[in-house]
Amino acid sequence: MKYIIILSLFFSTFCFSQQSNLKSLKVSFLVKGVCEMCKDRIEKGTIKLKGVKYANWDIISNNISLIYNSKKTTLDVIHKGISLLGHSTNKYTAPPEIYNSLPDCCLYETLEIH
Amino acid sequence: MLITLVLQCSIGFSQDYIEGVISYKNESGEIIPLPGVTIFWQNTSTGTISNIDGNYKLLKSNLSDRLVFKFLGYKEESIDVSNKRFYNITMLKDENILDEVVVNKKRKTIQKSYFKTQNITNVSSDELLKAACCNISESFETNPSIDVSYSNAVTGVKQVKMLGLESPYLLITEENIPMIRGASQVYGLSFIPGTWVESMQITKGTGSVVNGFESISGQINVELKKPYSDSPFFVNMYTNDMGRNEINLHSNKIINDKLSTGVYLHANKNDHINDNNYDGFLDHPLSNAVNFFNRWQYINPSKGTVAFFGYRFMSDKKELGEIIENKVFIRYPWRGEIRTNRFDSNFKFGYVNPSIPYQSLGFQMAFSRHDQDSFFGKRNYDINQNSFYSSLIYNSIIGSTLNKIKLGLNFSYDDFDEIVDQTINSYNRIDNSIGGFFEYNYDSLDAVSLVAGIRYDIHNNLGSFFTPRFHLRYQPFEKSVLRFSAGTGRKSSNIFSENQNIFTSGRQIKISKKLGKFYGLDPEKAFNYGLSFRQGFFINNREGDITFDYYVTDFENQVIVDWETQGEVSFYNLDGKSFAKSLQIDLEYQLSNNVLIKSTFKNFDVKKQYKSGLKINPLTPKNRFFTNLEVSTNEKKNGSKWKFDLTYNWIGKQRLPSHTELIDFEGYSPNYSLFNSQITRVFSNKFEMYIGGENIGGYTQSNPILGGYPFGTDFDTSIVYAPIHSALFYIGLRFNN
Repeated sequence: MKYIIILSLFFSTFCFSQQSNLKSLKVSFLVKGVCEMCKDRIEKGTIKLKGVKYANWDIISNNISLIYNSKKTTLDVIHKGISLLGHSTNKYTAPPEIYNSLPDCCLYETLEIH
Repeated sequence: MLITLVLQCSIGFSQDYIEGVISYKNESGEIIPLPGVTIFWQNTSTGTISNIDGNYKLLKSNLSDRLVFKFLGYKEESIDVSNKRFYNITMLKDENILDEVVVNKKRKTIQKSYFKTQNITNVSSDELLKAACCNISESFETNPSIDVSYSNAVTGVKQVKMLGLESPYLLITEENIPMIRGASQVYGLSFIPGTWVESMQITKGTGSVVNGFESISGQINVELKKPYSDSPFFVNMYTNDMGRNEINLHSNKIINDKLSTGVYLHANKNDHINDNNYDGFLDHPLSNAVNFFNRWQYINPSKGTVAFFGYRFMSDKKELGEIIENKVFIRYPWRGEIRTNRFDSNFKFGYVNPSIPYQSLGFQMAFSRHDQDSFFGKRNYDINQNSFYSSLIYNSIIGSTLNKIKLGLNFSYDDFDEIVDQTINSYNRIDNSIGGFFEYNYDSLDAVSLVAGIRYDIHNNLGSFFTPRFHLRYQPFEKSVLRFSAGTGRKSSNIFSENQNIFTSGRQIKISKKLGKFYGLDPEKAFNYGLSFRQGFFINNREGDITFDYYVTDFENQVIVDWETQGEVSFYNLDGKSFAKSLQIDLEYQLSNNVLIKSTFKNFDVKKQYKSGLKINPLTPKNRFFTNLEVSTNEKKNGSKWKFDLTYNWIGKQRLPSHTELIDFEGYSPNYSLFNSQITRVFSNKFEMYIGGENIGGYTQSNPILGGYPFGTDFDTSIVYAPIHSALFYIGLRFNN
């Protein structure tokens, strides 16, 4: 009996999490940034947005791949959320005051050379 | 009218920008776009960088008409901008600049992470090279977290300790499959050739619930070389002045883009009779061994699958004891022999859903058969263990990747057959268990992360029980990290295989029989908790760090191995207190580009309640000091360089079990120092040679063999506090293709 409890616990949790995949959507879009520091900022900021399950930003292509729960958020809200981090997406431009507060190396519009 | 207005507007707009494509010519003359080029107006601070397609676009400047293009390793270009809007540039390689680029930061061979929740030290294969010989039990000699000492005066076997506790309290896994346990407890580490190892992960304190309930003081995981990533061909040869010869051959082949295989062969032989301390006994056994391993690796990135299959044979023979050559005996000489044959095979499979990268499934199973036949004088010890282990693990997230979970099942089966001192007893036992675990991992991605795990096991001899474990990491500043861990662990004590020193003594075995399931004894249970603080710093622009570790292991139940009475060894369950407290302070500093210094101080307080009272654990130094100096010259273009390594160990006094021949010591061994050194000449990326010395100062224990008549009960080779050999020198080579 004890054995059955362990086994059923394992498989029920397994199935439960497979179920939750059904509500998940995977998307990829442009988020402007420059360097490793931007990658860190973009990924940390995005994963903390409500409903976002997974975020990975690619330095070279400037594309973010993400998986989100379509019941908890919409793509538009995510775009807006990312732009509020200071990084413009192909839908929303980052507000200038936030953009200007980015670390120097992340100023993708006018990278300054010292 | 309207049309001209629009045209004018667009012209006016476009005139504000300069744009173009930056490229370079590759070796075959093709024009390739060059991303990441810095473009700026001369004498100003405005500019941009080229994107992935080599495109750039920037506003015209009022301050300058000259545009500069810069990229590391390429010649700087500049153009005078006139009325044109598009300027395409081809950058030229600058051979001179490339030579001057020097990467200063070297990868350290022992790495401690600021980000991992658990206190894990990663040991790379480069660190293993520092102890050129021969297997992983010896490789820990340059590692400050683990103590290595001889276990007795005749078998040449070294034992490892962590946090002041012997290796049975460590969980030793090979690629996360529990490996060195039961029958292989004493000799197991010496059966893994050092060159087969890709890296090792040493966890201090309680481990993860994923690998079972057995780890008490910590965990050592050994990652072996993988056919896909290891070099196609490798040879290592080693010889020393004590007559030990070793050879390692690796050959790897990538069969197609998915399948690769590797064959790893190790052999060693020693037929020199050495008796440098003139006690009539061999200082090290005469030995020969072969070890063969074949593994297959399958990777399919588009489907997200990876699989390994491997099998291995090992045969090892050691002859030890009194030297009979050129001697007349009026009694039988005391001789011994240990023959071990082992077979291992394992299969692993992993799946990561390529479209849902945070979900993965892993399955592994392993079978091993370990067969040891040995005799020592009139005593004998034979053990045969068949083991099967299997685990299934599922990784996923709750909500987002900030909250990760691991969920899984383990099954293990062990069948032991032992014959002890022929006339006394034979033991056989079957252990089997099934367990389920759940581990939750939270990572705030900045200051805080934690791992909380729990497992439930149903074991035929240990009963059914929970094992909770908890790890917390707090990183208030970039270079400061505080870690806390706590958890329980249990194990069945295989009293004979874990304490094979008994058989190289004349001591009589006494087991106080209760109704326990393990030789009449109850299993061991302990609680381990600890705190670690690490602070990184920069002095003179050089990196360094200091780490404080304090760990406590409290035994609720333990099998006490009592060597306190001369002529006997007794086993009984703990009745009272038993604890191991360990303090370790590590200091590491990069003195210059080429010099790294590491120092460690350790203090152990390990005591247990014997029938004769609460006593310090014997043969455990109270204090230890360790320093390692690593020097290397700058690497030339072809990879050639020199590497120098010097290790100093100071071992404080140790309590000795009482023996009439040790009466002068007044219960404690003297403290002593050891030096090891190695010089490696790297001729190129493919070939290197090394020479080195162990115990260069030559400190040895004067009387490792006690008791005179070797068939009497006072005979003892197990009270060993210092090396048996004096200085040992070796030479070897490595070829890598």
